[in-house]
Amino acid sequence: MSRLSKILAWLFIAFWALTALAPQLIAPGDPLAINPAQAFQAPGSEHVFGTDESGRDIYTRVIHGAGDSLFIGLAATAVGMGLAIVLGTLAAMAPRWLDGIILRVLEALYSIPSLLLALLIIAFTGPGVGPAIIAVGLSTAPGYARLVRSQIRTLKNSEMLEAATVLGRGTWLKIRNHLVPNALKPLLALVTLGIGQAVIWAAALSFLGLGTPPPAPEWGAMLSAGRTYLHLAWWMSLFPGLAIVVVAAGATLIGRALGGKARTI
Amino acid sequence: MGTLGWAVRKIGGALVVLWLVATAIFIGIRLIPGDPAEAIMGGPGSQASAEALAAARAEFGLDQPVPVQYLMFLGKLAQLDFGTSYALKRPVTEVMAEVLPKTITLALLALAAAWLLALLFAALAMRANRFGAWLGSMVEIVAAAVPHFWLGAVLIMVFSSALGWLPAVDNGTGAGLVLPVLTLALPLAGFLTQLMRDSLATAMSSQFALAARARGESRLAVFWRHGLRHASLPALNLTGWAFSSLLSGAVVVEVIFARPGLGRSLLSAVLARDIPMVTGLALFSALVYILVMALTEAVERAIDPAGAAS
Repeated sequence: MSRLSKILAWLFIAFWALTALAPQLIAPGDPLAINPAQAFQAPGSEHVFGTDESGRDIYTRVIHGAGDSLFIGLAATAVGMGLAIVLGTLAAMAPRWLDGIILRVLEALYSIPSLLLALLIIAFTGPGVGPAIIAVGLSTAPGYARLVRSQIRTLKNSEMLEAATVLGRGTWLKIRNHLVPNALKPLLALVTLGIGQAVIWAAALSFLGLGTPPPAPEWGAMLSAGRTYLHLAWWMSLFPGLAIVVVAAGATLIGRALGGKARTI
Repeated sequence: MGTLGWAVRKIGGALVVLWLVATAIFIGIRLIPGDPAEAIMGGPGSQASAEALAAARAEFGLDQPVPVQYLMFLGKLAQLDFGTSYALKRPVTEVMAEVLPKTITLALLALAAAWLLALLFAALAMRANRFGAWLGSMVEIVAAAVPHFWLGAVLIMVFSSALGWLPAVDNGTGAGLVLPVLTLALPLAGFLTQLMRDSLATAMSSQFALAARARGESRLAVFWRHGLRHASLPALNLTGWAFSSLLSGAVVVEVIFARPGLGRSLLSAVLARDIPMVTGLALFSALVYILVMALTEAVERAIDPAGAAS
């Protein structure tokens, strides 16, 4: 990564971290304050992004929505990665038959399209933020797990591990100190790409009415509300969606700069 | 590996995957707290009638021990009997036969459109200067970062609300299909272009492309005859994944454009917690994915026999 793109990447991350953690600094208003007299105001000097059907300010809501939207995306990625590390390491270290079973289970999970798998999980858990995190996390896990497994299998035969064996380190110590940390380094780029995707999936679930419930200022939920008034108030749909695109495209750019391939997870 | 051995292995693998999916669903039903009969009929909030609950108990053998229930469950699925959707009061297979062709049509059209757009972009990118290449890669990144549910809304705002060229609702006509197909195809085209550009550049600067040029073939002919063949392999490799992402996208697109299909049926089944319907649709989408994967592998074997043998 060049110096400039490094600075830009950190600025990007700092901006969204600030927006998520302290939205009041950028948008001092109340994202839930209704004002029916001001409903459906087009973007203008008073409301930069316009207002929604209850007169809530869209700009304030988009900024305050960053916290929820990014948190769900990050938490889902953490769930997915956590599960992937456990399953991938287990598969790589286990005897052949167990490796085979884990691979088949991953293949089964992988054979259901991500959003469909997430819907399937929600069919059993019921809608909500927690289920959305678990659903998105589980649907990204099989892709990561395969990568962790292949990384660890390569590392298992490395000189570093041979040295650890000669020094008499136990299996658990080898996994913790050598295999997992080294297997994760090349995955960093993919995880960065994955966070962008997870934010999109999480918003998709809210959009479908299965994640964050309205009137919370979450981007997917805002888009869901905007859909009803698409012909009347385009700004209700435009700005929350732009926020998602900026986050996802930024994550993709950073992930690619770190050496990730566009294909997925 | 011979073709027969390959086919046998594929079918065996597919059966194992389907069995695992079915098992996961069975465990899922048991994990829902409360009465499993109630869970199958939409959870505690559904207030299913006593007769409906009794019917579910009989159908799923809920008065039997769990292993017997499991075998009954698998036995029914093996006979393609997914039971009755309690929300729609119709056999699940009947509903699926109705919605599946619609979703497959949508996905196939989107796949074709995405390939076409990707070929076009990749060919254009070959002729572009540095600025053009940068612009192209930016467009690809944004295209790949745009969520379907927002792209659909934007397309409706532009082509339906503002310009009035195309209907916002899928009304069953050809014009009604344009926006849903574009919504699905554009992000995928972004992914495919990224992949094809790299491999196209490698192919066009390779020895065989140079040799073909030396034989007097035009640049365009080399592009068509040699470049594309090499560039499409990595992208083809992704077709299974692409199809799977199209099925995900179809859920959202069918909702936005009010188009009946697998995705929309699954969403309403999930909202109603209609477990028989969810089970059928999940198994079917897994089956579709497995078939598409096998099909792409077969095409790959045909295009690149050397690669398939290894």
